[in-house]
Amino acid sequence: MSTATTNTTTANAATIGAHRIGYELRSYFRAPDAVFFTFLFPIVMLALFSVAFSSAPDIQAGPNVSVDYATYYLPGLVATGILLSGTQSLGVDIAGERSDGTLKRLGGTPLPVVSYFIGKIGMVLVATVVQTALLLAIASLVFGVDLPTDGGAWAHFAGIMLLGVATSCVLGIAISALPREGRRATATIVPIVLVLQFISGVYLPFTQLPDWLQNVASVFPLRWMASGMRSVFLPDAFASAEPGGAWRLGLGALVLTAWLVVGAVACLLTFRWNRKDA
Amino acid sequence: MPDTPAIEVHHLTKQYATGKHAVDDVSFDIPRGETFALLGPNGAGKTTTVEILEGYRTRTDGDVRVLGHDPARTSRSHNARIGIVLQTSAESPNVTVAEQLRHFTTLYPRHRSVEELLEKTGLERQRNIRISRLSGGQRRRVDVALGIIGRPEVLFLDEPTTGFDPEARRRFWDLIDEVKREGTTILLTTHYLDEAAHLADRAAVIADGRLLDIAPIDEIGGAEARTPRVRWRDDVGEPHERRTNEPTALIRSTPEPMHDLEVIRPSLEDVYLGMVGHR
Repeated sequence: MSTATTNTTTANAATIGAHRIGYELRSYFRAPDAVFFTFLFPIVMLALFSVAFSSAPDIQAGPNVSVDYATYYLPGLVATGILLSGTQSLGVDIAGERSDGTLKRLGGTPLPVVSYFIGKIGMVLVATVVQTALLLAIASLVFGVDLPTDGGAWAHFAGIMLLGVATSCVLGIAISALPREGRRATATIVPIVLVLQFISGVYLPFTQLPDWLQNVASVFPLRWMASGMRSVFLPDAFASAEPGGAWRLGLGALVLTAWLVVGAVACLLTFRWNRKDA
Repeated sequence: MPDTPAIEVHHLTKQYATGKHAVDDVSFDIPRGETFALLGPNGAGKTTTVEILEGYRTRTDGDVRVLGHDPARTSRSHNARIGIVLQTSAESPNVTVAEQLRHFTTLYPRHRSVEELLEKTGLERQRNIRISRLSGGQRRRVDVALGIIGRPEVLFLDEPTTGFDPEARRRFWDLIDEVKREGTTILLTTHYLDEAAHLADRAAVIADGRLLDIAPIDEIGGAEARTPRVRWRDDVGEPHERRTNEPTALIRSTPEPMHDLEVIRPSLEDVYLGMVGHR
C-alpha cells in the first residue's frame, strides 16, 4: 500500500512538473523585459561587438592563427546566455513570485516542490537551448563565424552547456532568497551577474586582468563556462591565451560541479514557499 | 469520522517575537458542512487564525486540527482536500484565465472542469484574457475559482468580496450557496455583516485576539443585545426610550399619546458594533 502510494506520488510529480514547464515557458516568453534582458541580451551584445570592431584587425593567437571579433566574443556570450537564463532570470523570477504571493498560493495546493523545480529548470533548459541556437545561427549566418565541424567539439559543447545550465539554475534558486522584497530583486541580482561577466573574460580578455582578479573570478562558475566554450569555438592555439596556457576543462568541470552541489544544498536548506512569520 | 468536526481549534495562541498576542486562547469547533464566519475589526487576529489553519503560520500554543490533520505539518494529500482564497491576490501571471485554471486542475485528483469553473464564476467571456489584464473583481473571481477547483472539503475564504460592487457580491453569494449545498465546510472572514448574515450558519466575534462571542448568526451578542428598543416623544416633546421584548404590549399599555413612535430591532451590525465598540 505504502509503496503503491509512493509510486503514484512520484509519477504525479513528474507529470505535474512536465505541465509546469509549458506553463512557465508561456509566462516567460510573454514578459517582454525578461525576454530582452536575458533571452536576447547575448545576441544584442554579439551584434554590438561585431559591428563596433568590424574594421579592427583580427585577434592573433600565434603565427597564422587569428579570428575576428565576432568569433572571439561568441563563446563568452554563449556562456553569459546560460548564466543569464539560469541564475539571473530564475533568481529575479522566483524572488518576484515569493513577494507577489504566487509561492504562497502554490504552497497551499498539492503541488510537490520537486514539480515546481522541474518546471523552472525545464523552462531554463528549453529557453537556453533556443537562445543558444539562435545566437549560433546569427553568428554564423550574419557575422560569418565558422562553427566547429567535428563531433568531439560539439560533445564538449553539450557537456559544458548541461553542467552550466544545471549550476546556473540551482544558483538562481538559491540567490532568489537574497532580496528582501521582489521590487529589489533586479537591483540585487543583476549587479552580481554583471560584475561576473566583466571579470570572467566575457567582454575583456581574461589574461589581461590582474592576477588577483583572475583568481577571484576563478572561484565563480562563469569564468569556467566561458573558457570551456572558448575551447569549443576557438582554434586550439588560443589555449595559449588562457591562464597557464591550457583550457583546463577538468578543473572547470570540478568547479562547476562544486557550485552545483553547494547550490543544491543551499536550495534544499533555504527554499520556502513563503517567508515564515516570527 | 463524519462525527469529528471539520475544524477544531483549542486554546489557540499566537504570540509574536515582540510579545504581542495576535491570538489569545481562542477555541471553537466547526462541524462538517457548516459555514462559519469569523468577525472582528482590523487587526483582531482573524487572518492570523485562518492562516494558522491553512498551514501558513505556526502557532505558539494550543491545538488545531483541520479534517483531523495538524496543518503545521505540510502534506500534499491534505492540501488536496482544502481550498484557500487568501486575503490578497497580488499575483498577476502572464497566462489567460483558462490557462491558469487548466494548469491548476493538474494538481488536484478530484478537480472540477475548466468549463464548470468559468460558468460558476461568470468568467466565460474573460477565458482568453490574461489575468494581469483583468479588473480587481474579476481577478478575485479567479482566486475563488482556484479555491474551489479541487472540490475541497474545507474552504477558507479570507475577506473574499473586498472591493466588489453590490451586484458582484450577490453573484458571489450565489456561488458560495452552491458550494455550501455540496456539503463543503466554509470558514469565512469578512468585514461585511450582511455577508456574514447571508452566508454563515454561525459566527464568532474576535477583537484583540480574544473570542468575544460564538453563536448562531441570529443569536450573536446574546438575547439582551437584541432586545428591541421603543422610542417616542410625549406631548411636551420629551424623548423616551424603553427596551422590551414586547413592544406591542408596551405601546398598547401606554395611555398618553406617543409621537414619532419607533420600534428598533438591533441589526447584526448594531449588535456587533455594540460588542466591539465598547471595548
